[in-house]
Amino acid sequence: MLFRQQSRIAALATAVITFAAMSGSALAQKKYDTGATDTEVKIGNIMPYSGPASAYGVIGKTEEAYFKMINAQGGINGRKINFVTYDDGYSPPKAVEQARKLVESDEVLVVFNPLGTPSNTAIQKYLNAKKVPQLFVATGATKWNDPKDFPWTMGWQPSYQSEAHIYAKYLKKEKPDAKIAVLYQNDDFGKDYLKGLKDGLGAKASMIIAEESYETAEPTIDNHIVKLKATGADVFISITTPKFAAQAIKKIAEISWQPLHIVSNVSASVGGVIKPAGFENSQGILSAAYAKDGADPQWDNDPGMKKFFAFLEKFYPEGNKLDGSVVYGYGAAQTMAKVIEMCGDDLTRANVMKQAASLKDFAPDTLLPGVKINTSATDFAPIEQLQMMRFKGEKWDLFGDIISGELSN
Amino acid sequence: MSAVEDVVTEAPAVEAVPKRAMTLGFGTSLVMLALLLLVPLFVKNFIIFQLTMLLIYGLAVLALNILTGGSGQFSLGQSAFYAVGAYTSAILMEHADMNYALTLPIAGIICFAFGFLFGQPALRLSGVYLALATFALATAMPQLLKLGFFEHWTGGVQGLVVTKPDAPFGLPMSQDMWLYYFTLAITVGIYVASVNLLRSRSGRAFMAIRDNEIAASAMGVDVALYKTLAFGVSAGITGVAGGLGAIAVQFVAPDGYTITLAISLFLGMVVGGVGWLPGSIVGSAFIIFVPNIAEGISKGLSGAVFGVLLFLVIFLVPHGARQVAMVAQQLIGKLKK
Repeated sequence: MLFRQQSRIAALATAVITFAAMSGSALAQKKYDTGATDTEVKIGNIMPYSGPASAYGVIGKTEEAYFKMINAQGGINGRKINFVTYDDGYSPPKAVEQARKLVESDEVLVVFNPLGTPSNTAIQKYLNAKKVPQLFVATGATKWNDPKDFPWTMGWQPSYQSEAHIYAKYLKKEKPDAKIAVLYQNDDFGKDYLKGLKDGLGAKASMIIAEESYETAEPTIDNHIVKLKATGADVFISITTPKFAAQAIKKIAEISWQPLHIVSNVSASVGGVIKPAGFENSQGILSAAYAKDGADPQWDNDPGMKKFFAFLEKFYPEGNKLDGSVVYGYGAAQTMAKVIEMCGDDLTRANVMKQAASLKDFAPDTLLPGVKINTSATDFAPIEQLQMMRFKGEKWDLFGDIISGELSN
Repeated sequence: MSAVEDVVTEAPAVEAVPKRAMTLGFGTSLVMLALLLLVPLFVKNFIIFQLTMLLIYGLAVLALNILTGGSGQFSLGQSAFYAVGAYTSAILMEHADMNYALTLPIAGIICFAFGFLFGQPALRLSGVYLALATFALATAMPQLLKLGFFEHWTGGVQGLVVTKPDAPFGLPMSQDMWLYYFTLAITVGIYVASVNLLRSRSGRAFMAIRDNEIAASAMGVDVALYKTLAFGVSAGITGVAGGLGAIAVQFVAPDGYTITLAISLFLGMVVGGVGWLPGSIVGSAFIIFVPNIAEGISKGLSGAVFGVLLFLVIFLVPHGARQVAMVAQQLIGKLKK
């Protein structure tokens, strides 16, 4: 067996050497790893199309449509994108199987935007050992920004912790005597976020006077809200996913509690949360955003969003522009396309990582004006800026400056 | 209605399977073993990984088969035992730096104890009620693993990353291939032991209980003991499978052991043929590969396609792989004539 493997490697090496020798200077610039050729770049992806998180499957479908659009426009540097996407049902063991299938059977160049913290944790070690880029993972956990230990893994969206820092900064400045009540989801998302909030408050972490956690399996979180109200808190931070965020908004109005209400960005969707909870109940709620909201009329004439709407119309007509996941998938796919473009004819995995780590002031169409993607060899956190917003009437009003949630600030 | 009447009037939960029909013939077993030994030499590492998972889930299905097919008790809680086994191995490997091979018997013993203890209260239940009680166990497990109290060991919601072992003694094979043969050796060992168990006195006691509890106790079988014993053995084997799964996947997290896993294992048992031990591998292949096939047919409707395929299997061959094997056997017999 060893012999066979060795001889295969030897044959391959010979072929490579011969090819390199023959190609001479004219082709010297063209370098390929598995998954890239003169005509095609193979990009792998893993999404929960089934299972408990299947609502996020829309992201994968949007990305597929985006690359279809790129191909219809002639591809990137003359190469078509072959987007291979598999279902992991949000199960880590299945994600490992699918990642291995992508790398060893489909032989993709990169694994792009796999979704979910557990799934990404499961495949991170494998992909790094194989030196396959795990680019722009679709989770907000803070641990993806670790170029030293995991040089082949990079996040995309602002981490939960950086978002929480922004709220902490805001509260320290605007409401230094606040009594904060926190409701968080008992999983990686909730806990990471809570940690960010505490780190952000720093010495003033004692401002948090009450914490309640809930499980996604609970049918309603009403009792937690009533309990938190009883603590006499005047700020309510809702680290919740859409369904629960909407319940919280409703319940708070029902028991006429009037705290300063902050909802996490994941649940800031007008179509998915605010509207079902009732506009009248949602006035004055604060949140932060890094992407434009497809439901917000203020972007109707925005050049970037016009491109986005044109894309939806032509390549993804079943996509719902009110769904934040569609906006997300578009932005992530655009970033990926940008990296492939920057790679030029050097489509090796190492160069893909190098280019991904050299994004300078890149602004995808769907990000807020002023929010830019910057990465470097030591900074693997592409989006770190957000802007605070307040709900007024039937839409979010952005206010204040674009704030960076970096830990150092 | 008293409990006794209840048992008497109730139809047996599982159709009686004669002991002979629970296993393969000696020749066929050897052919299967040869196949399992040779195939990895000719395929990619990825396929070897899939085959390893096939054996691991096969073990878990086998464990359920002993419980349901052998002693007639239902369980939708196998994912809980699987999780306990996986976490035991992972924690021992990562926190106590123990050799992976040594963690497996420990995982097995802990799960055996866990299953045996769970079997005590479950004694009072039978049929669908027992299924429901085990279902509760399966739903509770992922949340228990997330508890802050255990977080130092379990890694909480973030899970634990496990290091994959290299082949020992400098054997010239890849990690995947080594792990495959390691898993295969354990699987064969457990399979042979299970077959012997069902052929032994205890096995006959299991089956007597399955077929008629009252008759069994009249014959002097300690019904309570053997029922809990079946639970223990089944949980122990599932625990070993869980430990192997953790090593093969290199990661444990609460989301990996949800009720979906328990249902998959149950499904694998039914498709493989309840009470037919070799069917466990077929059932395991079904739960690993058919979702992939369904996804290949339609991404958006993979669940529906899977449902249709499952329905076809249940409709056409209600006894699963066992039925197919029997038909094949008859055909071969005819050809010989």
